[in-house]
Amino acid sequence: MTDARTVLIEARDVTRILPGIVPVTLVHDIDLAVREKEFVAITGPSGSGKSSLLYLLGLLDMPTSGEVLIRGQTTVSMAESERARTRLAELGFVFQFHFLLPEFSALGNVMLPMRALRSLSQTQMQERAAELLASFGLADHMHKRPDQMSGGQRQRVAVARALANDPPVVLADEPTGSLDSVSSEQVFQILRDLVDKHGKTVVAVTHDLELAARMDRRVHLVDGGIAQDQRVGAG
Amino acid sequence: MNLIVDIAFTHVRSRARQTVVAVAGVATGVGFSIMMAALMVGSQADFMRQLIDALPHIAVSDERRNPPRQPAESEFAAARIYGLTPEERRKGIKNPLATMASLEGWVPGAVAPSTKTQGIIRYAGRDVAVSITGIDPHREPRVSALPKHMRGATIAALYRATNAIILGDRLAEKLGARVGSNITVQTSEGVSIGAQVVGLFHSGVRSVDESSAYVLLKTAQILAKQTALINELRVRVNDPMAAGEVAQRIERQTGYKSVSWQEAHEDLLSSFVIRNIIMYTVVGAILLVASFGTYNIISTITHEKARDIAIMKSLGLSERTVRTIFVLEALIIGLAGALAGFVLGYLLCLALGSVEIKSPFMDSNRLPLAYAPLHYLIAGGVALVSSFAAGYAPARKAARVHPVDIIRGAT
Repeated sequence: MTDARTVLIEARDVTRILPGIVPVTLVHDIDLAVREKEFVAITGPSGSGKSSLLYLLGLLDMPTSGEVLIRGQTTVSMAESERARTRLAELGFVFQFHFLLPEFSALGNVMLPMRALRSLSQTQMQERAAELLASFGLADHMHKRPDQMSGGQRQRVAVARALANDPPVVLADEPTGSLDSVSSEQVFQILRDLVDKHGKTVVAVTHDLELAARMDRRVHLVDGGIAQDQRVGAG
Repeated sequence: MNLIVDIAFTHVRSRARQTVVAVAGVATGVGFSIMMAALMVGSQADFMRQLIDALPHIAVSDERRNPPRQPAESEFAAARIYGLTPEERRKGIKNPLATMASLEGWVPGAVAPSTKTQGIIRYAGRDVAVSITGIDPHREPRVSALPKHMRGATIAALYRATNAIILGDRLAEKLGARVGSNITVQTSEGVSIGAQVVGLFHSGVRSVDESSAYVLLKTAQILAKQTALINELRVRVNDPMAAGEVAQRIERQTGYKSVSWQEAHEDLLSSFVIRNIIMYTVVGAILLVASFGTYNIISTITHEKARDIAIMKSLGLSERTVRTIFVLEALIIGLAGALAGFVLGYLLCLALGSVEIKSPFMDSNRLPLAYAPLHYLIAGGVALVSSFAAGYAPARKAARVHPVDIIRGAT
């Protein structure tokens, strides 16, 4: 079964060992290619290395051996500033906790990555951030600070921030992990729409198998290695 | 607004209480060092002014640096001479008017003649050894501060009586003499004249006030028993600091010993060097302590903001950007501290300047203070540099934070 879609992120024989008196192997011998418009769930029991794999794919962490390629380009030899720049332009992150900057408004948080990238003018940034927030039903909450919003609202702001620079890939680490079922459903629907309507690629770590079942591809990790890689519905 | 500046300001603002404490720390350092500098430099300048005024800037005396060679001191192979008395030299500066005229041609300042002699003043059974200076009241104001130091009379009073004399106030006190008293002046030449006290002066330098007296040139010449004797030319130069060079040049030209005020007060001037070292050490220590406050707050902020740093880095802000943010925060504190310190320092100077001191040992009853923009510049500059240094280490550490470590810790 060959897939003609472009490979966006590729892990080649990636192993990550935490150094220490007793070295801990987080993930080992991972080979994984994430293609355009895929909706990938990374599942597995806790401690199986799902989050570690996501951080490696998102260039937040460096593999001990092996390499991670973004659009076919190796990232191992990149300087720190280059990797930061790649994250800024190509990747969007959503974590279990919203991780918004507490002193900035929703609008300010969404604008942050744009201001760091500096490819738009001030007014363009403001318009784009407002549009993003409005499309997630947050038009009335744009000027609120994170502590003035509900958990679901905060997580939607976090998704808007991940999309700020219009990256092709969104990486989500337990995006619904700390939300109630209604908010959970809202956030999942947003991610679903990103893939279906906006042509994004989404990789989400989750321990919720029911949720994972609604995604297009499931990568199941056990003890730091890929135990199962299953595609649903796409073919 | 630039993103870095925006975040830095937001952090500093959101930690308002700590920021105020840190800014106050820097401000106190800057303010007190400005005050210290103003006080030290001010008192030094005041002291210097007194020194400069107490003596003529340059005194050209009829002595020579090295005694003239006596032919009889030389040894000759043919003959040896024993028991020679050195030739007595006629005292005084030769041809004083011509010498003065030639000095006035180039010296940047004024020249006045005087006749110095030693004597004893007798009054009411008390004897006090004094140095008596004969002056020309017309020329004197141009070279010395004596007219300014006169109490209750002017130096023109010397014309008011035959053998008029002006005494230092402490000398008059010692003798028990007042203006109008008739005293007796005796010299080693055996001359004894009666003189009338016509005025008192107070220079502020104790040794001068208790052992000097001024008379007219001709009176001094009578006391020295030598008509037309001028044994000292006094020079006041426009720039007191240049007195040393001018003195050397006069000495080369005339051959007479010329002593600048710097040379006369060499010992005191060298103590200023030590004073300055003390001042800079203390000021430096104050600023150093203040910079610890800056270090403290920047490392506190970076600790508290570890999560935010991880977030910013995971979004794709580079290490350099994060480092710049925290260094900028340190600089904001440093700058705010410096500005507040300028105000504090100025107010402290004003407050100190308004304190009145009644002391028998001091003439002025206000603390002498120097208001110099340079002090502000130096203190502000040091505050900024030390804030930068204090902020750099924690900022570097913050920028190195591995986002994954923090995010793992949070989940």
